[in-house]
Amino acid sequence: MIVALFVPCYIDQFYPQVAVATMELLQKLGCTVEFPMNQTCCGQPMANAGFASFSSDCDKNFIKNFKGYDYIVAPSGSCVLHIKEHLHDANDEAVANKIRGSVFELTEFIADVLKIEHINASFSHKVGLHPGCHGQRGLHTSSMSELVAPAFSKPEKLLNMVKGLQLILPKRVDECCGFGGTFCVTEEAVSAKMGKDRVKEHEDNEVEYITSGDTSCLMHLEGILNRQQSKIKIIHIAEILNASLHVNN
Amino acid sequence: MSTINHAKASEKFIQDEPRTDWHDETLWFVRQKRDKAAHQIPDWESLRDSASNIKDHTLSNLDAYLTQFEKKATQNNIKVHWAADAKEHNEIIYSIIRDNNIKKVVKSKSMLTEECHLNPYLLERGIDVVDTDLGERIVQFREEAPSHIVLPAIHLKKEDVSNTFHQHLGTEKGNYDPQYLTEAARNHLREKFVHSQLAITGVNFAIAETGAIVVCTNEGNADLGVHAADIHVACMGIEKIIPSTQHLAVFLRLLARSATGQPITTYSSHFNKPGTGKQMHIVLVDNGRTKQLANPDFKNSLKCIRCAACFNTCPVYRRSGGHSYHTAVAGPIGAILSPNLDREANADLPFASTLCGSCTNVCPVKIDIHQQLWKWRQTLMKEGYGGASKKLSMQAMAMVLSKPALYRFLGSAGRLTMRLFPWLLNNKKFNPWYKQRDMPAAPKQSFRDWYKNNKA
Repeated sequence: MIVALFVPCYIDQFYPQVAVATMELLQKLGCTVEFPMNQTCCGQPMANAGFASFSSDCDKNFIKNFKGYDYIVAPSGSCVLHIKEHLHDANDEAVANKIRGSVFELTEFIADVLKIEHINASFSHKVGLHPGCHGQRGLHTSSMSELVAPAFSKPEKLLNMVKGLQLILPKRVDECCGFGGTFCVTEEAVSAKMGKDRVKEHEDNEVEYITSGDTSCLMHLEGILNRQQSKIKIIHIAEILNASLHVNN
Repeated sequence: MSTINHAKASEKFIQDEPRTDWHDETLWFVRQKRDKAAHQIPDWESLRDSASNIKDHTLSNLDAYLTQFEKKATQNNIKVHWAADAKEHNEIIYSIIRDNNIKKVVKSKSMLTEECHLNPYLLERGIDVVDTDLGERIVQFREEAPSHIVLPAIHLKKEDVSNTFHQHLGTEKGNYDPQYLTEAARNHLREKFVHSQLAITGVNFAIAETGAIVVCTNEGNADLGVHAADIHVACMGIEKIIPSTQHLAVFLRLLARSATGQPITTYSSHFNKPGTGKQMHIVLVDNGRTKQLANPDFKNSLKCIRCAACFNTCPVYRRSGGHSYHTAVAGPIGAILSPNLDREANADLPFASTLCGSCTNVCPVKIDIHQQLWKWRQTLMKEGYGGASKKLSMQAMAMVLSKPALYRFLGSAGRLTMRLFPWLLNNKKFNPWYKQRDMPAAPKQSFRDWYKNNKA
């Protein structure tokens, strides 16, 4: 199965290890991974700031890079949701439509397309999970605390396959971390307070790592953890699932 | 942008962090009660679907249902008034007060009268309206606006209430006992009820089929007001209409469960016609609602039944307080209703959200609140309410992020700069991110560089 790896801009620049882990993991799970070299950004930063009208060039570039692939996978629920909801092509909407239907967040791709029931990974640590709202409420990677519906979680199911991993959920299982794109600077006070409150719950649980399917939430939480000189580290779920390739204790 | 901007007001609110935590936890407790109540109804989600469908249907046939309602209500000896805007709404109420030579007015909770600023309008004309909802009376004493549409004084602690009552009702200073304070409010309000000549109420549901209205309260203050006074004036936005009594059941099951986690409000008061020798008036208010109805992107915000579940679940609302929204209706629903009333003053509100989507999930009538927040952002920026500098920076950002070579160059240059001159970005004054968060590390290689070196 050929998979196009969609590496969101901030992951490319600041968290290359997340993209490497995603690529290696997909390969381990039997996929042929291609990375379209001229990809840049999905356009979400402009769109969420109210300037979706400026993101048409990003759309064009995205389409140019990812046209023709049946599966496009990214280690970020938020960017995937943006493409799914807002990618358009004024000249050929059918192409945009095809891409919108072919783009997957990593855990949903592993759970729904690859239908993986066993992963040979081990990670002997206490881990807290942050679902990431766009993945969870937007892409339905897990059930939501607000809805009266059967419980499920694609990331939890995958994490529970990892040997030695002790998963500890925070009390407010799916409260937003407060990143919110440009919200993190335009509403700095609320954004940081939300992040601090999330971190506190994980601190209370004495986890060693906070993981998520969304690197942007993790970037925000990492900023707060580091400022507070916390011992907790952030780690993307791809890095955990790929962990058997690395040395473990 | 408005002079009072949500971000600035929130920053001030959060300065008192223990109080912010208390506010957050208090409202989170209400959200949890709502979850518990919802989970006791196995068909909760289909109930939400029904409510949403009924509202959609009603909004699509609003003209017919409104005229049917007017006809039935008139047959029941209710005088029906139509108000195009807040000004007309206030004038109608004042003319009823003046024509009947009324001096004493009580009012049970009505967010519409807050939206129309009825109290200050009447005060200017010498009429001091007494708000009889306990929370509303507290904020009225303090000359504040309600900070929440269901729990108007939720921003206040019992100590604040005690101080306010000491000042206005002469209660013992330093007595924070809720029972004592409630008793004082009760005695104070009873006296107001007994002497009132005219009672204003809001309307939760107006039934087209019967011409009756339903008012839901926990304190029974709507009933007390209406039964003690000779004149009842009920004020309602035109979106409060539902087709028939059978539909009421759907909404009564959803309203209190969504609002406070109660199965039903203590009182669901049905008003069908005036008592013998009394008058009953209903004021039907548009005030921008037909404009919203004509806009396909925002039309379904009119389905709102004002339960405030979206307030209680909103992580931003819980940490910024209702007053930071500087509008009668705060929270996520206020952020999509208020720009319709005044784009310039409320252009900041759709940005007071992370778009986490929790509001949409708790909404009992399934308003796609977070989607509408996103759409309002587009509308407001297109219409120029974001300012020139924001537009310019977004244009620049879009240019960099859509041109692969430029993006690669600036990405490497940016990371290099961050490594060599970290103080450029590690600056709390110029970089809001850095105030309470460290910058991410800037790796030497981007993923693209790594991929080129290792795989290609």
